[in-house]
Amino acid sequence: MLNDWLFVGLMLVMAPIFPIAALIIPRILAPKKPNPLKSQTYECGIETVGDTWIQFKAQYYNFALVFLVFDVEIVFLFPWAVAFNQLPLYGVIVGILFIEVLVIGLIYAWRKGILEWF
Amino acid sequence: MADPVTFIAQWLRDYLTNLGLASEWISVIMAALGVVVLASAVLLVDIFLVWVERKVVARFQDRLGPNRLGPFGLFQPIADVIKLLIKEDITPQGADKFVYNLAPILALATVIMLWAVIPISATVAGSTINVGALYIVAVGAIGTLSIIMAGWASHNKYALLGAFRMVAQMISYEVPMVIAILIPVILAKSMTLTDIVESQSVWYIVLAPIAAIVFLIGAQAELGRAPFDLSEAESEIVAGFHIEYTGMKFGLFYAGELLHAMTFGGLFATFFLGGWRGWGAETYPILGIGYFFIKAMFMYWVIMWIKYSFPRVRIDQMLNFCWKFLTPLILTVLSITAIMDKLLTGVPYWIYVLAMLLMNLVVLYFVYRTVGSYARKERQKVADPAKVRVNFPVKASTTPTQVS
Repeated sequence: MLNDWLFVGLMLVMAPIFPIAALIIPRILAPKKPNPLKSQTYECGIETVGDTWIQFKAQYYNFALVFLVFDVEIVFLFPWAVAFNQLPLYGVIVGILFIEVLVIGLIYAWRKGILEWF
Repeated sequence: MADPVTFIAQWLRDYLTNLGLASEWISVIMAALGVVVLASAVLLVDIFLVWVERKVVARFQDRLGPNRLGPFGLFQPIADVIKLLIKEDITPQGADKFVYNLAPILALATVIMLWAVIPISATVAGSTINVGALYIVAVGAIGTLSIIMAGWASHNKYALLGAFRMVAQMISYEVPMVIAILIPVILAKSMTLTDIVESQSVWYIVLAPIAAIVFLIGAQAELGRAPFDLSEAESEIVAGFHIEYTGMKFGLFYAGELLHAMTFGGLFATFFLGGWRGWGAETYPILGIGYFFIKAMFMYWVIMWIKYSFPRVRIDQMLNFCWKFLTPLILTVLSITAIMDKLLTGVPYWIYVLAMLLMNLVVLYFVYRTVGSYARKERQKVADPAKVRVNFPVKASTTPTQVS
């Protein structure tokens, strides 16, 4: 059990090392001739106007909220699926009721027009 | 001597014991060696995938593809890597340097991390943690983070637009995809990927074809491949979130994307195609590695096939398809699968399989009918627009400070 997590932990440490190595090699090999024109923001030849970090469309936020509700639901459903053999039929039906409550939430969001994009 | 991998592992363990090391240290050394071997093997496959991708694209577009360097152009990816390594690295002005450099590292590292739990053969599996399916979902979500980091830190409007679209798409399609993973978990009653593979005496694509299709569509969207490649729509926003990346940093995004596609092929094989299972894979586990990679490469090819056959969808179509079609569909299938699995405890396995398949086919039939009538209505709208009442009029956003 602990050995399994040891492997995952080592993987979390080792996995970034390969890309980091791939970024260090060009520092040694690649030419470095910086120039103000070269580092300009690329917009197909047109100079960029104004700041980039500005307010953006609020609808992305709506979708993120709906996603959050469903993601939390899924996290709760995983233990339910694993313990399936120990559950009586009643437990399964309660789990499905839990899903349906969220489906009602989805229908509400749908009717409210949150899922429309304009 | 049926399995060389166990043999080598046992020989190494004996050798280290003879050196007089404590058993805890032996476990740490073995795990570290395993991680290095697995990560290197995955990256080797990744370099080979560059060749596969270019060759297959070429065939789909009736071209020859790389054929100059080495036999069949096999050394082309090595030339590509050397070229990327000696390219000048440009940081755009106004970029948030730390986040800008961290994003490509995360993009590739998270995909390598996914391979920690995928069982490659009966004896070769990085880790058999009991929350394997959840680990895949969790680590896969860090990939989303790397994209928003890249788009935000580049200080480029196109990159920011691409990142927003990509994140909206990835978080939306994560919902049906993760629920599709839940169905094999219910069928196997375990989140450990090795258990899921071992319980597939009949492949789960037979028991849960709808979940398999939804998982494939979700994977396509998570990868940002056509028809869901809004984030890098060349005709609109040039290259999306990685527009400002040059040299090896772009290379890491590219390698990460290819390896991610291959990983999704492997995950599809693990969840629905029986993973390493095949004739003789139990007695000779080394065969399992071959079976696993054949299945994973086949699914990778299917993902490419879809990518090069379909045109791009619009963002509203993409979101509608996810929230108003895939999510309700997969929630329905999940509920019915759960009830049927409970009701069918104790019946012979072939009846169980047939009942599950029949249930899926019935649901598919109703979906076909519903979607068909909806499509008829939509066609009518185009043919005779005067009759149709518009629910949500399109508003043009006029403020210059707002990007969509």
